[in-house]
Amino acid sequence: MTSSPYLPIVVLLLAALGFAITPLILARLWAKTFSPHKPGASKNAVYECGLASEGDAWIQFKPGYYLYAILFLIFDVEAIFLLPFAVSFSHLSLGACLAMFAFVLLLLEGLLWAWQKKVLVWT
Amino acid sequence: MDEQLKAELSKQGIFTTSLQELYNWSRKSSLWPLNFGLACCAIEMIATTMARYDLARFGAEVFRPSPRQADLMIVAGTVTKKMAPQVVRLYNQMPEPKYVISMGACAISGGPFKQGYNVLKGIDRFIPVDVYIPGCPPRPEALIDAFMFLQKKIDAQQITGAARPRHLDADQPSEFPIPEFGPHDLQPTSNPAIWHPPLVQISQAGPDESRHD
Repeated sequence: MTSSPYLPIVVLLLAALGFAITPLILARLWAKTFSPHKPGASKNAVYECGLASEGDAWIQFKPGYYLYAILFLIFDVEAIFLLPFAVSFSHLSLGACLAMFAFVLLLLEGLLWAWQKKVLVWT
Repeated sequence: MDEQLKAELSKQGIFTTSLQELYNWSRKSSLWPLNFGLACCAIEMIATTMARYDLARFGAEVFRPSPRQADLMIVAGTVTKKMAPQVVRLYNQMPEPKYVISMGACAISGGPFKQGYNVLKGIDRFIPVDVYIPGCPPRPEALIDAFMFLQKKIDAQQITGAARPRHLDADQPSEFPIPEFGPHDLQPTSNPAIWHPPLVQISQAGPDESRHD
């Protein structure tokens, strides 16, 4: 009898799923059989430090954090590509080098644009 | 299964248990206290969790800073009237099953500050207390003793029947009314549903003549 080399993975996957789902099912069964559901105003409140909750959890944040996160992506992506580029720099073809420079310049352009838009200044 | 048969089986290397025992055992062995201190008793509570006294031996080293992850509230210290609504709200926000240890003289009755205009005379006026520890402050050994007492209490709980604990009874409330901090006192000053003041016989007839020292 021949078995697929992927069979152990399937078995492990099923075991992992069972390991995660069985306690959830047991907990649900326990709650249905013995433990009644008891929600309440304080228990369902937005905030939990002891003081009364005020307002809604859906509030607006300044976009400054978002812009910083996006700018971080420029450096992040650049770092990922720069390392293999530097390692194999000496035996790369001219075309590959030019493509890499074009890529870095594109990222640089994004940074310059953000700089010009004064995104780098925290207000 | 009766106890005798169970002991006989365990002698033969057969371990038997019931769902109730398993549930109580796991519940008492993983009580997560709320990381919440009010006054000097909290220092003793911290000492109890440290290496010297080591509450972790009883499975309670995980002090949770959020009531949503805790099931044991240790009221450690003087409860002022301004703080009482917050204590009750924190208790309400804890998921069931939840237990309360009233630690020290202040949490029981107001302690040395009982005459103070701003001190609540016992947290059991608003939330149900499972174990009281006297002391000012109680030593870590006393807290550990109270903890073991609570574990014994949990171990004896029934999961069905009329004697089952509050959290398994659908008719019992999970949340208690939060008092309001009024201009003179808390409104209301106590929750009559859970607080039954001890009856004190006060005689109007003066000192008892029949007693001779």
